[in-house]
Amino acid sequence: MSRLKQNAIGIYAWFERRLGLTGPITEAAAHPTPPTSASWWYVFGSAATVLFILQIVTGILLALVYTPSAGEAWSSLQFLNHDITLGWFLRAIHGWGSDFMVAIVLIHMAQVFLFGAYKYPRELTWILGVFLLLFTLGMAFTGQVLRFDQDAYWGLGIGASIVSRFPWIGGPLVHMMLGGPIIAGQTFSRFFALHVFIIPGMLLAFVALHVWMVLHLGVNEWPMPGRIVSKATYDREYHELTSKVGVPFVPDAAWKDAVFAAAIILAVIACALFFGPFGPSGQPDPTIIQTAPKPDFFFLWIYAVLAYLPPELETPFLFIAPTIVIGAMLLLPLVAGEGEKHWSRRPVAVLMVSVIAVALGVFTHLGTFTPWSPIMDAWSGAPTPVACLKGRSPLERQGALVLQNKQCRNCHALGGAGGMRGPALDSIAARMTEDQMIRQVLQGGGNMPAYGNALSPAETRALVAFLMTLRGNNLTPAVDGSHILSQSEAAPSSGQIPSSPSTQ
Amino acid sequence: MTDPINPAGLPPPKNPEPQVPSTSTAIPGLKAAQHSRRAFLFKLSLLLNSAVGVVLAVPILGYLFGPAFRRDATYKHWVSLGPISNFPEGQTRLVDFRNPVTTDADGATANVPCWVRHIAGNQFQVFAINCAHLGCPVRWFPQSNLFMCPCHGGVYYADGSRASGPPERGLFEYRYTVTNGTLLIFAGQMPTLSNRACLEKPLIQIAPDSSAQAQQIPPTSPRTVA
Repeated sequence: MSRLKQNAIGIYAWFERRLGLTGPITEAAAHPTPPTSASWWYVFGSAATVLFILQIVTGILLALVYTPSAGEAWSSLQFLNHDITLGWFLRAIHGWGSDFMVAIVLIHMAQVFLFGAYKYPRELTWILGVFLLLFTLGMAFTGQVLRFDQDAYWGLGIGASIVSRFPWIGGPLVHMMLGGPIIAGQTFSRFFALHVFIIPGMLLAFVALHVWMVLHLGVNEWPMPGRIVSKATYDREYHELTSKVGVPFVPDAAWKDAVFAAAIILAVIACALFFGPFGPSGQPDPTIIQTAPKPDFFFLWIYAVLAYLPPELETPFLFIAPTIVIGAMLLLPLVAGEGEKHWSRRPVAVLMVSVIAVALGVFTHLGTFTPWSPIMDAWSGAPTPVACLKGRSPLERQGALVLQNKQCRNCHALGGAGGMRGPALDSIAARMTEDQMIRQVLQGGGNMPAYGNALSPAETRALVAFLMTLRGNNLTPAVDGSHILSQSEAAPSSGQIPSSPSTQ
Repeated sequence: MTDPINPAGLPPPKNPEPQVPSTSTAIPGLKAAQHSRRAFLFKLSLLLNSAVGVVLAVPILGYLFGPAFRRDATYKHWVSLGPISNFPEGQTRLVDFRNPVTTDADGATANVPCWVRHIAGNQFQVFAINCAHLGCPVRWFPQSNLFMCPCHGGVYYADGSRASGPPERGLFEYRYTVTNGTLLIFAGQMPTLSNRACLEKPLIQIAPDSSAQAQQIPPTSPRTVA
């Protein structure tokens, strides 16, 4: 036994004599850490790194089978899902790993921001971190493209349309992005190169620098209210803290990182097992236009913002807002490199994180059910609710037919079914008079197209007759106040509503 | 950095300035070494490598930015959409064509759909499938004479003009011609807002289209007596 041990030590010594890595590694692992920083709040950075490694490993494994070609990528994904043993599982881990990585990077960033860890001397660590966030989002977007399905194809179209709005150089930029005149083989190949070589290379380099700076500058100490960061005194204070009460990073702090990383990987595995891989959805064939493209989860908020912006603001917003946001994130540690670290003394910081989180959450939630999108098959798929037809006159029922056949339901819900682009029509007669309805239907306006060319006078009459019966739970019909006034002036005794709907 | 002041590398005195821990020690004759023949040759080698780098960078940049400098017109060709008898007058139909510039690797992505509206005789309008907002595929609804976009709810009238929603303009149109009873369009590029060839198009077409439309109104919208 001791001979075996001696042999092992001998082999180790042979390598160590040549590599000389034990010293630097031990030093790095045992670097003194403030005891308060050995906290469960400080585990997100290492978890993001572990997820990154998981993505590299599963990505390489997928590349063993995946065919990086616009013509064959989709069928190779089907092959991975259905024909390769556990191919679906590897795809699922890579997909869920990506979602977890974006989420953990965002949480890590919020934690660092709230703990003031970006302040002196860790400004550059934060700045590189901003780039790491952008690279992570870049990986998420390009990864979505490599899942080359309908959403990926039209997502590229949305990307090209956004880029084309860039003043002056929009055209050349679109050509750069697409690698040719249309979204096709060359477009796919450059996104493959971005996802597999360029962005991962940048990520590796930036992660290495980021981690190096954490070792070099030390882990941020737990912030205390009133303990002010000053460039003049911070280094001495931090040195005193770590040399007096510091604990070695391994094992005192590292065990929490390790436990959290294991939990996160387990969570990824669980999601992969229970929810399976993402797609692919339909074939990336542009001639199949029966599709409603949608981005992946972490880009839904952008999709929502684009839908809600007024058209004339869209192009300026698309270019000015990201410049301001990224610029502000990069400049933050240079502008606010000193002062209070603790969140209780930085109300604006807490407010900002809360507002941004709520805004992203709301927009993402809206993005999951896209109330701005017409439901393209509602007119043929969602029948008129029976309650709306009971006891109606033939003309009114004819109007219900017009409502279906002219695709009104694509944008207007009735009985809870149909699009949400326009207002629901269940109680429309309680809000609009007959005249207002006719005008709105024929001339459109306020986000509604004019149907003057698509409706005959008879159809319009029937449609409006039907709409006049939609008064929700028997609400009072809308009344034109001026009409009553003019009538009451003519005949003061008659206070009747002029055109009462023919409903029961 | 601290060498001239602190050549022995002693721990610095109490200093309000942040201090980078330095282990460097003064090398004797450093100043002389900086002016030696070797130093000169080293600088020369740097210069040489910079020159080689530039020589290498020019073709790499040319390769990388090649697509950006290619003119739109070089991508476009006349493509046949088939005999005009495939397009009944007064109707709008979906038709696919193979992009004129394509490779084997493109697969199905080089099959491009477009909407053909046959107004009357040799009067056509050929619309790109891409919504003028963000490029999603628009769908034609003959019942309501509207194009609708599934993404953000852009809506266009039968003649491609903007009806409602976020698009800033009408649908993109291809140039077309009718030769020997065949409908040809000048296509080959995904239309976007920066694609000037497409932006100019509607202005040229407005005159013949609107007159044809005026003639068309009685047959396409059979108004019954109210």
